[in-house]
Formats: sequence, C-alpha cells, structure tokens
Amino acid sequence: MICVSKKWNLTIAAVVLFAGVGVPGCKKKAVNPFPDSNAVSGWQKAGDTRIFAAKDLWQYIDGDAEQYISAGVLSTSTSDYKFQGQLEAVVDVYTMGDATGASKILTAGQTKEATTVQVGDAGISYAQSIVFRKGATLVRIVAYESTPGAPQALLALAHGVEAKL
Amino acid sequence: MRGINMKNRRDFLKGAATGAVLLGSQSKLGLAAAVAGHADAVKSKVVVARDAALHNASGQLDDKRVIELLDRAIASYTGHNNPIESWKHLVPTDKVIGLKVNGLGGKGISTHLALVLAVCERLQQAGVKPGNIIVWDRNARDIEACGLTINTDSSKVRVFGSDVAGYEDQKETWGKASIKLSKILTQECAMVIGLPILKDHSMAGVTFAMKNMYGVVDKPQDLHGGNCNPGVADLNCIPAIREKVRFTIGDAMSSVYNGGPGFRPEFLWQPNALIVGEDRVAVDHTAWQILDKKRVEVGMPTFEGANRLPRYIATAADAAHGLGTDDPNRIHLMEV
Repeated sequence: MICVSKKWNLTIAAVVLFAGVGVPGCKKKAVNPFPDSNAVSGWQKAGDTRIFAAKDLWQYIDGDAEQYISAGVLSTSTSDYKFQGQLEAVVDVYTMGDATGASKILTAGQTKEATTVQVGDAGISYAQSIVFRKGATLVRIVAYESTPGAPQALLALAHGVEAKL
Repeated sequence: MRGINMKNRRDFLKGAATGAVLLGSQSKLGLAAAVAGHADAVKSKVVVARDAALHNASGQLDDKRVIELLDRAIASYTGHNNPIESWKHLVPTDKVIGLKVNGLGGKGISTHLALVLAVCERLQQAGVKPGNIIVWDRNARDIEACGLTINTDSSKVRVFGSDVAGYEDQKETWGKASIKLSKILTQECAMVIGLPILKDHSMAGVTFAMKNMYGVVDKPQDLHGGNCNPGVADLNCIPAIREKVRFTIGDAMSSVYNGGPGFRPEFLWQPNALIVGEDRVAVDHTAWQILDKKRVEVGMPTFEGANRLPRYIATAADAAHGLGTDDPNRIHLMEV
C-alpha cells in the first residue's frame, strides 16, 4: 500500500506502470481522480490517498479483492471525504484493465433499489452510495450515514471525480 | 439447511443454571477446553441478546443500552446476575486480556466503539488493570475505523495493531494454514476475546468469530482459497489461536447481509444483537442462520443458493479439527 499526498502523479504512474507489466500495449494515463478540498462545493478531502496494486488489494478489502482481480483490476486508490464537516464518505477508484471489467463490477450485486444516474458512461445510486464507470475506471462513493441531503451531495462529488478522469 | 434451535424462557433459565455450574466448575482458562472435551455430554451454549431499541430514531447507537445488552448477554451466559461477578468467571483478572476487534470494513461496518468501551469498563470493574487490556486489530487504519485511538501507554487501556507489535519470525502450520502470528497474540495476551462484526463475505459466505482470526496473521490472503475452506478452520486450529481465543462477544448490532465484507450501505441492516459464546463453531453457525434468515426475508437466495455456503463451519466441526459443534441439536441457543 502506498500513501500519497502531493507526490500523486509520480506514485500513481509507478503503480500503473507496475500493474501494466506484461500487458502489451497497455498505456494508462496517470491521473489524479480525487477533487481537492472545496473543488466540489462543501466537500473536503480528509487525509491522504492510499493506493493499492492488484496484488495488495486484499489489504484494503480482504476477500472482496477477488471479484475485482477476476474482473481485471490494475490498481485501486481511495480517499476519505467530509461534506460540510459532518457527512463522512469514502471514494474508491478502481482502474480496471478494460471497460468490460468495470461494467462487470458495476452490475454485480445491483439491487432493484438502484436508481440510474447520469454520471460517466453508466451509473447507479442508492441512498448512501453511488457507483459509476467511465471507460475502464470504476468509482464507488459511499457515505457512512444516511442523511436527507446525502444523495445530492454524493452526486455532486461523483461529478467532481468524473471530471478528473 | 439446519435451522436455529429456539429455546423458550424456561429452557433459558434452566440453561443459564447449567452454565453457571459448568463455568463454576472450571478454571478460568479452561473453559474452551472443557467445552471441547465434553462435547458429547454438554451442549455448546450460545446467547443471542437483542434490544430492538438499541438504535435511536436517527440510527445512532444508544451507549447506555449497549452496556445493558452486554450485561444481559453475559449474565445469561454465566448465570450470574451481577455483571461484575459474571466477568470474574469469564476471564483471569490478573492476566493480559486481548480484545480482537474487526475494522476491516471501514467506519460503516466495524466493531462498534460502544461495545468495545462497554467490555473494557466491565473488565476493569472485574479487576483487570487498564494496561492489561489490549484492544487490537491488524493496523492503525482498522483500529481507527472502530472509532478507537492508538495508545501504547500502559497506564491506560492499550490500543494498537499488529503493524506496531509485529509478527513472529517463525511460521506456524496447521493443515493448509502456514502463517506468522501477531506478537500481540503470542507474546502479550493470556486470553483473547473476539469482538467480530457480523457480515456477509463474498468468498467465505459469512465472516464472524472464526474468520476474524484472519486479522491475526501476516498474510491472510493466502487463506482465501476454496472460499476460505479449509483456511478458516485450519487457522483456528493453530495452537495459540485455539487456546487463547476463548470467548466471542459478537457484534451483530449492525450487519451487512450481502456485498460484504466491505461496507455496502444498501445491504446494511440492524439486527440489534450480541452473539456470545465460547464455542466458536456454534457461534458462527448461529450467526450464519441469522444472516440466512435475513436474506430470505428480503427475497435473496440463502448462502447455499448463492453458491457461497460457509463450508468452513462444518470443516471446523469435523473430527480432524474439533473446534466445536455445528449441530443444532448440540447447541443450546438462548435468545434473550
């Protein structure tokens, strides 16, 4: 696991390069998908970004790692956020090998309560979470509590992440 | 599929009395061995204590009700109405007691702080020195997910992870499990109480008492093959785990019945329960039934139907492992 703050570009490039070894023609553009504090109204980035290569993903999500590895995850980055100093949320960004892998994760476990949202290439939302994909990137944003304003706040943050992909 | 062995109040009272005799006749560090050794003669007791009002209207835990629920669970288990006396029968008060929490799921689905604090309070009231209580997990991140703050000052309850204490250099092997154990388990604690949180697990099916031990080793990823079977059972047979992890106070106050082990709020649910027992297999079997019942209620397939049967529970109960029982007829389930 790698923690980054200001050295994002160098680190993510290293992880993606590592993850891409053995994948001919694999060229991933190194991007920082995490909006800075107040880049999205009301949202503060809380703490450093953590990055996990596929082989280390278990450290973050234990047995859940298997489904992402099966779907071709290359690396995962995560950061905590806080909305108006109260609502806490986590943003997970999974860089998959291709869009098919991202779609596979997006549709897995989807329930009838899911609502389609216009974010990225495809997205769904629940009361406390939003999941969307854009190309080969899958983004999951989860709030730790349910508040009346949470869905709108999460959607705004999702658009903020989308804009940086 | 096996169902939950329900007990009425008369059975509960009778069972509580039996438990008191059982506990009173054993040394404090011999409880698990007693259950395993007399498996044919004695049922494994599991207490499921519930409080429907545990969460308030805004979904926040009521700390006062949590400690009352803990007292009720422990009193039912031991047969002692006085909570302090109950604890004196459960733990060696002059030794170091570890509380293995589970913060892997992040802030949304980790062992609740209110439960950890309640257990720490009762342990101290029973005579355990603050510095002889160690609350621990894999690392600082997991510990902080439970709402705890790292502390290594031995004048207070100590809270730190295996990332601080390190792992043994020598591997321990049992069956397919070949791992290095946390020094918190091997060098610090005389007894460990597991404080897992009830969750669905995408591979194992259910994660609770036994699966919580994945947080005790250096490379848990090596134990996930075969849907964690026999990894979970083999790991729990490692002597230090089998002998020191003697009791489970399972946090089922909140749970995810699908999409685990991470936090998936769309599957969040509040059973408002604690699941308590010495027999880790019986505890896990009970937890599995509770999760399966919830899944059926919401129209989802059981774990068997979802092809995620927690087979490690039966493996842990088999003759080779002998960790406890998964036979409902040999589990004395008390719902209080």
